[in-house]
Amino acid sequence: MATAAQLDATFGALADPTRRAILARLSRGDASVNELAAPFAMSQPAISKHLKVLERAGLIARGRDAQRRPCRILARPLAEADAWLQTYREFWEGSFDRLDDLLTELQPEKSQKTEKAQRKGRKQ
Amino acid sequence: MKNTGTLKVEVRGEREILLTRVFDAPKELVWKAMTQPELVKRWFGPRGHQLVECEIDLRPGGKWRYLILMPNGHTMGMRGEYLEIEPCDRMVHTESFDEYAEFGVGVITSGFAEEHGKTTFTGLQVAPSREVRDAIVASGMEHGAAETYDRLAELLETL
Repeated sequence: MATAAQLDATFGALADPTRRAILARLSRGDASVNELAAPFAMSQPAISKHLKVLERAGLIARGRDAQRRPCRILARPLAEADAWLQTYREFWEGSFDRLDDLLTELQPEKSQKTEKAQRKGRKQ
Repeated sequence: MKNTGTLKVEVRGEREILLTRVFDAPKELVWKAMTQPELVKRWFGPRGHQLVECEIDLRPGGKWRYLILMPNGHTMGMRGEYLEIEPCDRMVHTESFDEYAEFGVGVITSGFAEEHGKTTFTGLQVAPSREVRDAIVASGMEHGAAETYDRLAELLETL
């Protein structure tokens, strides 16, 4: 189970668009710092700084190859953050769907109009 | 008509969550449905959940209290206080969970904007502490964590 500290670290690391882009790139395969820096108008040290944040958050791991040190994405913390978001989303999605039904019921004119439109639609 | 809008959930920083949802109704009606107990009872919580108690004292300094009966038979109590009320436009309230009172109080700012008869609702939530987040996570773990990169891609799109 995800700890609170892990989730905070995950969401903190994900709060930055460059770091999200780096993760998106790594989700397609391992890459070196140079390869990761290429699409960004950013120096390699700046990218390295982002990589350190991601590494501290446990979202990526660096390879041992001293020359290249390829970066690899670690799925687990992201999956846990995803599960948390999913639960939150499901609660509100479910509630708001029910609210849709209620709002329709509270607007008899609108639902009648809709029924008419649907009847008309069926005739055509 | 069932015009189900799409719920947008955005995580901002470490503690903030922004919900955005469009409803096919004027903002006066959405406001009413979200602030009158007999109406709130009819929608709050996903299907299978039941809001069994709902008390709302809608004024700055007024208190609110919900008791939710969950599908597993357990109840979850929530409560808080209204800080700012601008009828049909904006509301700021606090929120805490009875079972996790020691974790503190979150603050939620709700906005209601109407255009062409539809209302865009926004809810900006600042979680009181990481423990609350943890508690929510703990309760959600039954759903299981999906560990595929497809899901990762979806997650990244929501952020």
